[in-house]
Amino acid sequence: MKRSRREAKPVSEASLSFSFSRRAMVLGGTQAGVMALLGARMGYISIAQNEKYTLLAESNRVNLTLIPPRRGWIVDRNGKPLAMNRTDFRVDIIPDRVQDKQRTVGTLAELLALKPEDVERIKEELEDAAGFQPVQVATNLKYDDYARVVVRLPDLPGVAPAQGYSRYYPTGAAVGHLLGYVGTASAKDYEKTKDPLLITPGFKVGKDGLEKAFNPALRGAPGAKRVEVTASGKLVRELTDRADTPGHNLKLTIDAGLQEYAARRIGPESASIVVLDCWTGDVLAMASMPSYDPNSFSAGISHAEWDWLSNDDHVPLRNKTLQALYPPGSTVKPMIALSFLEAGLSPEESCNCSGALRVGNSLFHCWSRRGHGRVNMHRAIEQSCDIYFYTFAQRMGIDVIAGMARRMGLGQKFPLPFPSQSYGTFPTPEWKQKKYDEPWAIYDTLNSTIGQGYVLANPTQLAVMGARLGSGRIIRPYFQADPKRGIAPSLGVQQSNLDIIHAAMRDVVNGNGTAGRAKLIVPGVILAGKTGSAQVRRITMAERARGVRGDAALPYRLRDHALFVGYAPFDKPRYAVGCVLEHSHDNGSAAGMASDTLAYLFDPAIALAKLETLEKGWGGSISQRMAVKLDSYRRAHGLAPVAPVEAPNASVAVANSTEAATASSSADNTSGDVPE
Amino acid sequence: MNSIIPQNIARLPWRLILLVGAIAMFGTVVLYSAAGGHIKPWALNQAVRFVIFSVMAMALSRVPVDLFRRLAWPAYAGVLIALILVELIGGVAGGSQRWINLGFMQLQPSEFMKPIIVLAVAAFYANLPLSETRRWVAIWPALLMIGVPWALVLVQPDLGTATMIAAGGVTVMFLAGIPLRLFIGAGVAGAIAVPILFNFLHDYQKKRVLIFMDPESDPLGAGYHISQSKIAIGSGGIFGKGFLAGSQSHLDYLPEAHTDFVFATMAEEWGLVGGLLLLVAFGLLFRWGIRVALRTPDRFARLVAAGLTTTIFFYVAINLMMVMGLAPVVGIPLPFMSYGGSSMLTVMICIGIILGIDNASRKTVRNWR
Repeated sequence: MKRSRREAKPVSEASLSFSFSRRAMVLGGTQAGVMALLGARMGYISIAQNEKYTLLAESNRVNLTLIPPRRGWIVDRNGKPLAMNRTDFRVDIIPDRVQDKQRTVGTLAELLALKPEDVERIKEELEDAAGFQPVQVATNLKYDDYARVVVRLPDLPGVAPAQGYSRYYPTGAAVGHLLGYVGTASAKDYEKTKDPLLITPGFKVGKDGLEKAFNPALRGAPGAKRVEVTASGKLVRELTDRADTPGHNLKLTIDAGLQEYAARRIGPESASIVVLDCWTGDVLAMASMPSYDPNSFSAGISHAEWDWLSNDDHVPLRNKTLQALYPPGSTVKPMIALSFLEAGLSPEESCNCSGALRVGNSLFHCWSRRGHGRVNMHRAIEQSCDIYFYTFAQRMGIDVIAGMARRMGLGQKFPLPFPSQSYGTFPTPEWKQKKYDEPWAIYDTLNSTIGQGYVLANPTQLAVMGARLGSGRIIRPYFQADPKRGIAPSLGVQQSNLDIIHAAMRDVVNGNGTAGRAKLIVPGVILAGKTGSAQVRRITMAERARGVRGDAALPYRLRDHALFVGYAPFDKPRYAVGCVLEHSHDNGSAAGMASDTLAYLFDPAIALAKLETLEKGWGGSISQRMAVKLDSYRRAHGLAPVAPVEAPNASVAVANSTEAATASSSADNTSGDVPE
Repeated sequence: MNSIIPQNIARLPWRLILLVGAIAMFGTVVLYSAAGGHIKPWALNQAVRFVIFSVMAMALSRVPVDLFRRLAWPAYAGVLIALILVELIGGVAGGSQRWINLGFMQLQPSEFMKPIIVLAVAAFYANLPLSETRRWVAIWPALLMIGVPWALVLVQPDLGTATMIAAGGVTVMFLAGIPLRLFIGAGVAGAIAVPILFNFLHDYQKKRVLIFMDPESDPLGAGYHISQSKIAIGSGGIFGKGFLAGSQSHLDYLPEAHTDFVFATMAEEWGLVGGLLLLVAFGLLFRWGIRVALRTPDRFARLVAAGLTTTIFFYVAINLMMVMGLAPVVGIPLPFMSYGGSSMLTVMICIGIILGIDNASRKTVRNWR
């Protein structure tokens, strides 16, 4: 049958056969093409993408456990450590891997004899931490305690004991605001970079101060433990470890001894002291007290300590040297007198101070209601006579004054390695017009000449002003030591004019001036300076008319701030100081602190002897007093029910509260002496 | 007829035996490595199986081609019934029904449908009067023959096998001389239908297709297979990491390293060189099959030869595309390389039949000229 059909239609059979051959060739060709395509694809994967996939295969095969790098040390100008690392046995919890949080924390509390408030902190952090973030249980463990946890490890999934390093600040609170502190990286940091180092237990980043600013240099590169593992995580063998690269050491301009001395000398007060080198601008000390102990922060601060710090009326959480603004008060007077001299005023030209001066419709008082009588420039600075400056400011004009203020660094923001800095202002007519849309008035000039009104500065700027006045050089503050840094260039002020100012500032301290009790305790070294006071309380026009000045009887929060700007020795300026003592009606006390601090630079033994006597009266060293205060705080609140937690994560809380403190402080300060 | 036997022995296709033997030998070596340098559990089994199936294929090549034509439809009907039985009584295995448990072995009828659909459709066109070739009656019965098992396998669900059944049948239709415009039209219609059909897929199938589009989107989940496979191939580079030195397969990162993804296991240790050699070897096998088809005068025989060659081709192509991230993970093994009996059996049946066709055509040509 088939054959007959073939014979019946030979032509059709032939054409079909031809069609088959052609289509079979197409099919074969297509198959060859697909095979070639597959070959090309394989070539692309294994040649062009070889590097990428080799890396991925390697990261499959090798399991890395990061070893946190040793953080670089922070040392002072002489190489003395301010921040270092101590070997440390520690225990952390990785929340993601914990099965039963309550039981795990309970077991650890038992094994390590944790205090109830630590247990409470750990529980709160466990609730709030993103799952991958390690929560610190305890650091600085004794080897026995550490070993006790290690042997129980199989029953405690998610618990990570580690042998590492912890940050240690030998001088504790004395360097709190200067160096800041370190802590575990925040979840936000990790989400931004996805750097696995950030969630490695024991790894800390700088959270504030210089620790934060120089974090990239200090942190170093992590080492790694490398093991080969199967897909199911079974260990096949250990590979060679990679050692960590420690961070770079940071050498500061700070003098460790002076820094600690300044902090201790502040004693129980709320004050800040900044000391500068008059030649280079090196910051030798920057103390803001009271402060927190960065060791506590770095080890995970307890609730009680945190509450105590945030509630203290001496604001230990604010770095007053940079974040607090004060009206500089009379401390600007030498600078203003210098502007008069440079503008051509004779130093012998004088006026009569009767205790008050009528300008327009208002009566402006001198701080001395009895008046100073006949005053020339020298006497005006020495006695801090307001009337002299009111009188000649009207003649010289605000432009002369504001120009010199700018040259002295007031209102200037210096590029400092600190996360937050308030830099104040020295007003000009243009500034006022722009900011308040109001024309300049004569009383603005008068207020500015006595460092009140719109004038605001931080203690670091006061120290810069002291250094520039003393040396006549363009001093800028530096924190990082640099052997190549030379002597700062000249301001271009006439030396003869500077000499006149220097002589007057010498007599403020050593003559009949306002800081007579602040003479340097080191024989043969003469301190020059100028006191000032800044009003915290708004004084009404009515009170001003009555001449209300004194505030000794006012509550602490409303008392005036005492300020001092100076340098030593008076004839060969070497070191300058800026000091603000909050809420102290006694101007001399700020000058005394500043004087003793500078004395340490000339004779540490004498200065320390005085300090030890003082500390006996205050109740011991900084850490002793802090321990007592914390203890009494805890006793006072020990029985109280647990307060609602406002800051589960200490680092976040610090940021918040610092902002709040800064805000409230500027409110305080701007309410200084604004004329109505 | 007695004189033919010694002639046939002398004419044993030694080049083909060498080629297929080389591929299978290579596969055994790779399985030896995949087991961590042991002939158990895979390499030995695979080698023994290959020898048995080779003998079977040689025996199959002695069966007269005409017998296949006569048995094509009964066999088709039998497998179709088995497929329906799978739907009805098949045991549930891994979320999809593919097996009938016969007690002593598990039968997977869809596997046999791959060669049989080629035989059945070829038989249909061989029986079709030539004058009908360009008529509607030449098309719809063939489509029905393909469509029913395709649908049955698809609902099992086994997307890979269903695709291969459809592709095998349609290839035969193409070769049988169906007007080209129909294929073009169907292609366009298919392109439109794909997004619609996509909605009818099972969730896990949809996921596989989506993951295939972007395997890195889910490297630890459903995209894991493709990602790890590409890592294995890519990290092998040009010359590979060396025999027994593949970390992806030995540390279990590569899933199905001895079955569906055996090519990646091979490529990691033998590199691009090993991969290209294998591609060339398969290419030679396909060339042989197509050439058998081209020199065969018989209509049924040449359709079957080209169709079965294409069936083997689809095994290779779909598997390699999947392994290299060009196709979704569909569970099609690589002939002679992947560990497993049923796929090797199917492929050896194909080769046996093509060999038989080759023998018959040589005989015919010689006898008639």
